[in-house]
Formats: sequence, C-alpha cells, structure tokens
Amino acid sequence: MSDKLIHVQNVSHSFGNTTVLENVNLTISRGEFIAIVGPSGCGKTTLLNLISGYENPSSGSISRNGKLRMVYQQDGLLPWLTVIENVGLGIRHLRDAEEKNRQLKDAIELIGLEGFEQHYPHQLSGGMRQRVELARALTGESDILLMDEPFSALDYLTRIKMRNELVRLLKERPRTVILVTHDIEEAAQLADRIIPLTTRPATILTEKRIELEKPRSLTDPIVTEAVHDLLISLSPGSLPATEKTGIKAEEN
Amino acid sequence: MHQTGINRFQRRVLPLAVLLFVIISWYIISLFVPSNSVFPSPVDVFFGFLEEAGSGRLANDLIASLFRVTAGFFLAVFLGIPLGLWMGVQPFARAALLPTINFFRNLSPLAWIPFAILWFGIGDAPAVFLIFMAAFFPIVLATIAAVGNIPAVYFRVGSDYGMNRWEILKNITFPAIAPQVITSLRVTAGLSWLVVVAAEMIAGNDGLGFAIWDARNGLRMDLLVSGMIVIGLIGVILDRVLVQLTEIPSIRWGYER
Repeated sequence: MSDKLIHVQNVSHSFGNTTVLENVNLTISRGEFIAIVGPSGCGKTTLLNLISGYENPSSGSISRNGKLRMVYQQDGLLPWLTVIENVGLGIRHLRDAEEKNRQLKDAIELIGLEGFEQHYPHQLSGGMRQRVELARALTGESDILLMDEPFSALDYLTRIKMRNELVRLLKERPRTVILVTHDIEEAAQLADRIIPLTTRPATILTEKRIELEKPRSLTDPIVTEAVHDLLISLSPGSLPATEKTGIKAEEN
Repeated sequence: MHQTGINRFQRRVLPLAVLLFVIISWYIISLFVPSNSVFPSPVDVFFGFLEEAGSGRLANDLIASLFRVTAGFFLAVFLGIPLGLWMGVQPFARAALLPTINFFRNLSPLAWIPFAILWFGIGDAPAVFLIFMAAFFPIVLATIAAVGNIPAVYFRVGSDYGMNRWEILKNITFPAIAPQVITSLRVTAGLSWLVVVAAEMIAGNDGLGFAIWDARNGLRMDLLVSGMIVIGLIGVILDRVLVQLTEIPSIRWGYER
C-alpha cells in the first residue's frame, strides 16, 4: 500500500453560489497527525466531509488509501446502545465470538471504562462519552481517523485531559489522524502539521510543522510559540503588540 | 418527573388524603340532597358496585370495552407506524398525504358515529372503527415527526460502520423513534379509552359506556357513578401499563435529556 494515504488535488467546493473551498491541495502520509484549524464556518468540516467521501467535491479529485473512521463532535454514540454495543459496532460482523470479546475487552481497558460496559451513553459524563467514541473508532481495522471537533463540547480541563488520552491511545493503536478544530492549543499540542484555512472561500496558504515528542506540555515554549504564530496567521490583530510579536512564523 | 421537597411518606399519603376528602365531601353533600336518583351517596354507589360485580355484568362490560380498545388501538398502531415511517422518509409521500392526514387528525372521531352505526351496526365493529379513527391519525403524525427529529449523525454513524438500508432502518431508525412514538401511544391509548365509552353509549349493547347509559335510562345513578369510577380507574391503569415501556433501558435515553 502506498505511503500517501490521502491525496487532495485541486479541490474546490461550492454550495449553490457560495464557494466554500477553493483549489485545496493536501497530501497526507501514513502515521501523520494533521490538524486543520480555522474559524467557525470556514469550511473545515466541509473539507473533512470531502475527505471522508460523505460529500463529493464540485471539482478536483481526492484519493484515499485505507479504511477511514470518523469521530464526531458529540452525541455520535447511539443512545439506545450500551457502551460495549457502541464500541462493538465496527466488529459486529466478526464471526469468532472469542476474538470479538477479546477485542471488546481490550477496547474497554484501553479507555479505562471497566465496569461501565452496560451503561448507556446518557449515563456517562461528556469526557467518558468521548472516550467511548474513540474506543469505537479504534476498534477493528482502520487506517485513518477523521475527527470533527471531537472535544469541543467538553469543558476546558476535560478537553486537556482528552488530548493526553488521545496521544496515549494513538501510541497503542497508531493511526493517521486528520483533526478538524477551532482550538489552536489543541492543534499545537497534538499535530505534526497544522493547516490553517483562510476565511471563505477557504484555501491553504501555509502550513506549520511542529517537531516535538508527544505528549507535549501545553506550556512547552514550542507549543506556546506555535499557538502565538497561528493566532497571528488566522486572526491578525487578535494579539496586543508585545515583544513576542517579533518571532517569525516558520512557514513553508 | 422528579419531585423535590416531599418525602416518600408524603408522596403516598397526600393523594390518599385528597381522595378521602373528596369522598367525605361527596357524602356530606349527599346528605343534603334527598333524592339519590339525582345525587347518589358514596354508600349507594358502593352497594351498586357490589351488585354489578356480583351479577357478573361488570366483568362482562369490562372485557367487552377492553377488547374493543385493544382491537382498535392495535389496528391503528400496526397500520399507523408503518405509514408514518414511510411518510417520514419519503418527502413525496409526505407532501401528498400530510394535508389529508392532518384533516382527519383534527376531525373529532365522534363525528363518525352516524356512519359507524350505518356501516357496522351495533356491537364491537362500530366501536373498533371509531377507536381506530381516533388513534390512527395521531400515531401517523407522531411517527412522521419522530423520524424527522432523528439527528443526521446517527445515519452517518450507521453508514460509517457499513450498515445497509435494512440495517439502518432496523438499527437506527426504529430505536431512534421509539421514545417519541411510545409517548404518542400513551396519548392515543388514553384517547381510545375516551372514545370507547362514547361509542358504546350510542352504538353498543354491552361495555362500560353502554352500562352507564343503561344505568341512566333505568335512573340507577348509583350504578352510573360506579361505572364512571371503573372507567376512570381503568384509564389510569392503562397508562401505568404503557409507562412501563418508557422504563426499558434501550428506550429510557429518550426521556433523559
């Protein structure tokens, strides 16, 4: 299998007369963690929907190599299924009952929800629900994880915890990840490459690479610097002029 | 449903106290109304009830009414839910049929009584027909609304995990609409119980509705009130039975947010 899992070529997309994405090019290799950031309504989710194949682009082409799994913002768990039934959705066709049970047990252990297997989503906290979503997406065969604002419905501290949780889970079950978020901190803490989308019609002007071991501290100078640079490139004028403004964004 | 500020003991005792107050007030008023053919006392009603229960007439009427309600209601459920599902997923069907369904929904089922008698005579059939007319349209409309309320993300999850159309219907649509549909079943079962009484008063020769009409014709107000009490109690019990459906774990979520 090729090492280029996702290849987005000259993609433009419109809804009616509104052009949402214009001439987007993006290549994603196996094992990469990409974050797409930008303001609400800029077309991040549209780009993710195009990559997942949920929508077809108005022009251009997208090739995918490998199996995709999607993690939704919130309430992507089916509320009438228990934790274990939700997690097992991806392996429900597995014939071997023993193997299936082993995988389910592993998944529950992975997210530390032993004892909650028979609970329903509405009986869990927001953070627990999101962990179940992750376990569901990571159970069974898949190569690419598409995450649409996965932690945005959580409170701040839970969100930070979930980032570390995601890093830990990905160490256990490596996947190529495309994360869509408006949370710049989240992107800086998690991603190898950060792609800021411009306002509509969105296109990719720059990208930022962060080469730093994970898990990363939120207050690591490299992370805070990346947050700073991204704020400037996404929303010039959002920061008061300080001595830090002098740092030049490393762009390519 | 969560009540605060009162304990379990109060929750048990308060309703009984109100009930006792109503019965005592009723008794006191009856002392001042000499004719028990106009205003029977609780004691008259109690003995009237024993007479009806002892003769077997009460059981007979009860079974007749329950049979009609069950038949009409289940007919409405088994035809109404599939039609509602179809209209819920097919914009074409919805556009074509919704105005007609809405018209009949807003037409009192009692307006059908003359035709019910003309077409079906006296007995079970006209009552079943009227109950069906009362329950069918609200069930269809509630099912359409429930289908419309399913968050799109559930269908996406279904197709993400490789479900085909049948699996999506069975594993996503059905469980997603269940809570809302069950709520509508509670409402329409209550409506059916209201309608059976009216139907039997006019187009019956047995049943609880016929029994109270018959009691009125015989000027036996004690039997009439005893019949009214039985009708009310059965209505409450029917609802209690249907409420059990909302306690099913895979349905409970629909009432929790």
